Amino acid sequence: MTVPAYNFAYLNEQTKRMIRRAILKAVAIPGYQVPFASREMPMPQGWGTGGVQVTAAILTPEDTLKVIDQGADDTTNAVSIRQFFVKTAGVATTEATTEATVIQTRHRIPETPLTEKQTLVFQVPIPEPLRFLEQRETETRKMHALEEYGVMHVKLYEDIARFGEIATTYAYPAKVNGRYVFDPSPIPKFDNPKLDNCPALQLFGAGREKRIYAVPPYTAVKSLDFEDHPFSVQSWDKPCAICGASDCFLDEIVTDDKGGRMFVCSDTDHCGKRQRAA
Amino acid sequence: MTPLLSVTGVCKNYGARVGCADVSFDLWPGEVLAIVGESGSGKTTLLKCISGQMEASSGSVYYTTRDDRRVALDAMSEAERRFLMRTDWGFVHQDAREGLRMGVSAGANVGERLMAVGERHYGRIRGAALDWLARVEITGDRIDDSPWSYSGGMRQRLQIARNLVTAPRLVFMDEPTGGLDVSVQARLLDLLRGLVRKLGLAAVIVTHDLAVARLLSTRMLVMQGGRAIETGLTDQILEDPQEPYTQLLVSSVLQV
Repeated sequence: MTVPAYNFAYLNEQTKRMIRRAILKAVAIPGYQVPFASREMPMPQGWGTGGVQVTAAILTPEDTLKVIDQGADDTTNAVSIRQFFVKTAGVATTEATTEATVIQTRHRIPETPLTEKQTLVFQVPIPEPLRFLEQRETETRKMHALEEYGVMHVKLYEDIARFGEIATTYAYPAKVNGRYVFDPSPIPKFDNPKLDNCPALQLFGAGREKRIYAVPPYTAVKSLDFEDHPFSVQSWDKPCAICGASDCFLDEIVTDDKGGRMFVCSDTDHCGKRQRAA
Repeated sequence: MTPLLSVTGVCKNYGARVGCADVSFDLWPGEVLAIVGESGSGKTTLLKCISGQMEASSGSVYYTTRDDRRVALDAMSEAERRFLMRTDWGFVHQDAREGLRMGVSAGANVGERLMAVGERHYGRIRGAALDWLARVEITGDRIDDSPWSYSGGMRQRLQIARNLVTAPRLVFMDEPTGGLDVSVQARLLDLLRGLVRKLGLAAVIVTHDLAVARLLSTRMLVMQGGRAIETGLTDQILEDPQEPYTQLLVSSVLQV
């Protein structure tokens, strides 16, 4: 590209300023959903327009961007968003978690521990954890304001009554900083412990629902549970079929039409690094 | 002893129309008050005003809390009022669908208030739910069923269990037997009477059915055109009505 066709990172400066204000407020009140004037983006809502706007607002020319979708760097959503920012911002990109300064993610937190120098941006479809049980926005806002979170446990109760255990496996509700219950976006509950006391800043953007919220660095995030049914994460019988890791989140891959399947790491960068080291 | 609920000069106007006008009464602990009157006489408006669901145009409602404080409803913060509503108070709607969370199982419906006040032990919540379902004559094997699969009478009983699980001191009921057939009504009334007596509940029951009032209530308040025209002991009013309207009401009950 010779002449820049867009303002840096696509959004105009006024819009970025508006989003940054929302982000600042979100960081100041951990877990609180801050409304913002979500823009139309050149991709369909539901493809991560919230995350893209947050990333666009915080990106600087010196940043190195990593985009992951379900843990992988090479799936459609990740590839197209990465190319979008290469085209509109010209920033460096990487697939290595350790080299990235901004990581936009859909459905996963990288297995490699994050550092203070990194920012994790989540794409969020439904930011309201209470929506399942209460449809009215006026009412859910009031419930957040008055800290009426009993109904959240009604959902978990239903799980145990029906399935014998807390069957919620993704978008598992958690309490931030002892105050707001939030929806950590559809990450597997396997990743919930990584939210807690994380050195990196974690930002959540919901484009269609027009909400931004945040978990600042080193903030307590506690997953909801019952005393006699404590929170636990998924586990697998076998390690990753490629790298042999037994402490990672595994995806099931169907390999033929005769019932063949294998379990492999969902975090492609982490898996590749382990293979190279072996 | 102080009255549990003290209502003084409560008025509610809907624009130029009068919902209820200048109603006053005291409700004492363990007492059941029936508000009777024909449709449109302001019974439900009054109930909503005194239970904090609607703001009265004028007048005051005082409630005596467990720690013996006398608080005005409109002086309470919304947080306090909502807390009161799910701990000390109960509200039984005429249509059980309004009072129940229809999307979740019966057990979750009963357990919700417990979870709202901080119970975080699944076993204990389930135990309490089973206990309360038994008390309202719903068998334990229906605990995981959706209220959609319940009959009208069962839904109403479930709603009662859901309200009573936190041991409230005061229950408001809006036509609790409305829309149920006669035999189911009789069973529900029997159950309600037993629970109210056993738990020493105070209750305000709105009904147009004098039989309900006679069975459940100790005192009665007759309304017409938004005003309380007669109040007194239930037996006294039903046996010896003073006001012409009350006489009409009592005499219009079918004698089978």
